[in-house]
Amino acid sequence: MLTDMTKATLTVGAPLIATSKFQLSHQERHDIEHAMSHYPDARAASIDALKIVQANYRYVPDGAIPAIAEVLGIPAPDVEGVATFYSQIFRVPVGRHVVRLCDSMTCYINGHEQVLEKLSAELGCGLGQTSADDRFTLLPVCCLGNCDKGSTMMIDDDTYGGLTPDQIPALLEKYK
Amino acid sequence: MILSSFGPANTIARSAETHPLTWRLRDDGATVGLAEYQSKAGYAGLRKALKDLSPAEIVEQVKDSGLKGRGGAGFPTGVKWGLMPPSDGKSPRYLLCNADEMEPNTWKDRLLMEQLPHLLIEGMVISARALAATTGYIFLRGEYVDAARILNAALDEARAAGFIGKNILGSGFDFELYVHTGAGRYICGEETALINSLEGRRANPRAKPPFPAAVGVWGMPTCVNNVETLSNVSAIVANGVDWFKSLARPGSEDHGTKMMGFSGKVKNPGVWELPFGISARELFEDYAGGMRDGYTLKAWQPGGAGTGFLLPEHLDAQMYAAGIGKVGTRMGTGLALAIDDSISMVSLLRNMEEFFARESCGWCTPCRDGLPWSVKILRALERGEGQAGDVETLLQLVGHLGPGKTFCAHAPGAVEPLGSAIKYFRSEFDAGVVSQPAQALTA
Repeated sequence: MLTDMTKATLTVGAPLIATSKFQLSHQERHDIEHAMSHYPDARAASIDALKIVQANYRYVPDGAIPAIAEVLGIPAPDVEGVATFYSQIFRVPVGRHVVRLCDSMTCYINGHEQVLEKLSAELGCGLGQTSADDRFTLLPVCCLGNCDKGSTMMIDDDTYGGLTPDQIPALLEKYK
Repeated sequence: MILSSFGPANTIARSAETHPLTWRLRDDGATVGLAEYQSKAGYAGLRKALKDLSPAEIVEQVKDSGLKGRGGAGFPTGVKWGLMPPSDGKSPRYLLCNADEMEPNTWKDRLLMEQLPHLLIEGMVISARALAATTGYIFLRGEYVDAARILNAALDEARAAGFIGKNILGSGFDFELYVHTGAGRYICGEETALINSLEGRRANPRAKPPFPAAVGVWGMPTCVNNVETLSNVSAIVANGVDWFKSLARPGSEDHGTKMMGFSGKVKNPGVWELPFGISARELFEDYAGGMRDGYTLKAWQPGGAGTGFLLPEHLDAQMYAAGIGKVGTRMGTGLALAIDDSISMVSLLRNMEEFFARESCGWCTPCRDGLPWSVKILRALERGEGQAGDVETLLQLVGHLGPGKTFCAHAPGAVEPLGSAIKYFRSEFDAGVVSQPAQALTA
């Protein structure tokens, strides 16, 4: 029920895939099995497996949960429990680029709320939301460990420091 | 590519004798690869540990050095190592590196991992030898994508050179080491939550006892040490305990050096490797350059979100555990934050408690329910809509979420800054309470 409600509220993002139709690709299965080889217990590769799928779909589709559980040999609810606990695993589609804005007290002191205001205005969405053109998802993140260069954020894998609101439009322009 | 961690630690005067952690840093901030690391006496500590020392002697040296955990809690490393039961020579034992650096205002482990990955790897192999650990994992936060790439490349280099793997340097000692990347959640930095997370579970802390030394990851003896702690080990083994104990300033009861920093609206924010026992004033004025023009220091926090606030008059405290303890809080990570006069303490605490409330794993009721409650009150106070008794309720929460009420130190860490902020800046909190209507007072 909850999942259906979530889906109903989604207007943008990657197309949702029906649970029954989901299949791990050969490469995904191979990568998950490689991650499993680092641990004495396959369950430890849960987060790796979720990340491997997420890298391809920008989120973890419903059907991926039982598919991953089968490879790991653990119950599907356990995989779901992990998927919903960790903030960087997405169970709903996100935009093509993810903006992670550091909201530590250090960045607060260095003006992160003004940066957030500008980001929200540019993207037309708030924290936890995706822009209407499906280009960006805006998320808060724990201290990014870049505190001598606050305010700071990541766009995908790139870290930016010393941010001021007026730099935001040009930065966003780099990501199509 | 210039790494995020490039900063003043790269440019201050350093020497091998005085800066065991950072003397090998390059002026340009690029990663020190295996060849350069070896040309700068890299892996000499490991050679000595494998050739000249028994595992028990390594533990003894680390114990005698007085090395304490550098992740924030400051537990003596040698004592922690001593809690590991004797090895039966058959069962697996684990060494975990806590590289889940997410404490607000902490940016030291990132620098060590991005620029000196082999210092950590060497420290881990020596430590694994001491603890008879068979496998190690570097539990790295997912957002440190550069560190992940650099550490994995360094592990490949170290493996190819015979520093990890089977029969390391012909000693007969086997040790395999992997990078494990997380997927967010501050609580993963808590030792037992980290173990649950590594096992592929939700990162709820575990009840102690049993302690990880006896029953850790996959039920096996496990030691968890911070990046900076492990990065100290090779120099202690290579240069000896007497040298290590000569590093700190007089008056300090802690030994060695510490990555210390100052951030906020200071002139020269940064992290530097400094001897324990320097005064916070020296760190603030000589290294960070004092406040930027137009700002005055109102308060400071010595080491992370979970440490208490101090006043400018406390800047003469010495930076070591008991030195900061004397003025009423903990040294934490040793990376200090300046709060300037333009910052409202109520708004700052609202920001901090929003973080702590969001990052509570929800396992223990006081933390799960108490932190959102504190946020609700702080938001009301910030809007000037607080009710009579709100500040008292906050103080009550400080008590109810304090040490001993929950499985881990998340809630106590969340209320330490709150309690100290109210202690020193009570009037700012009181000012957020709606004044009583005149008729209510007369009724």
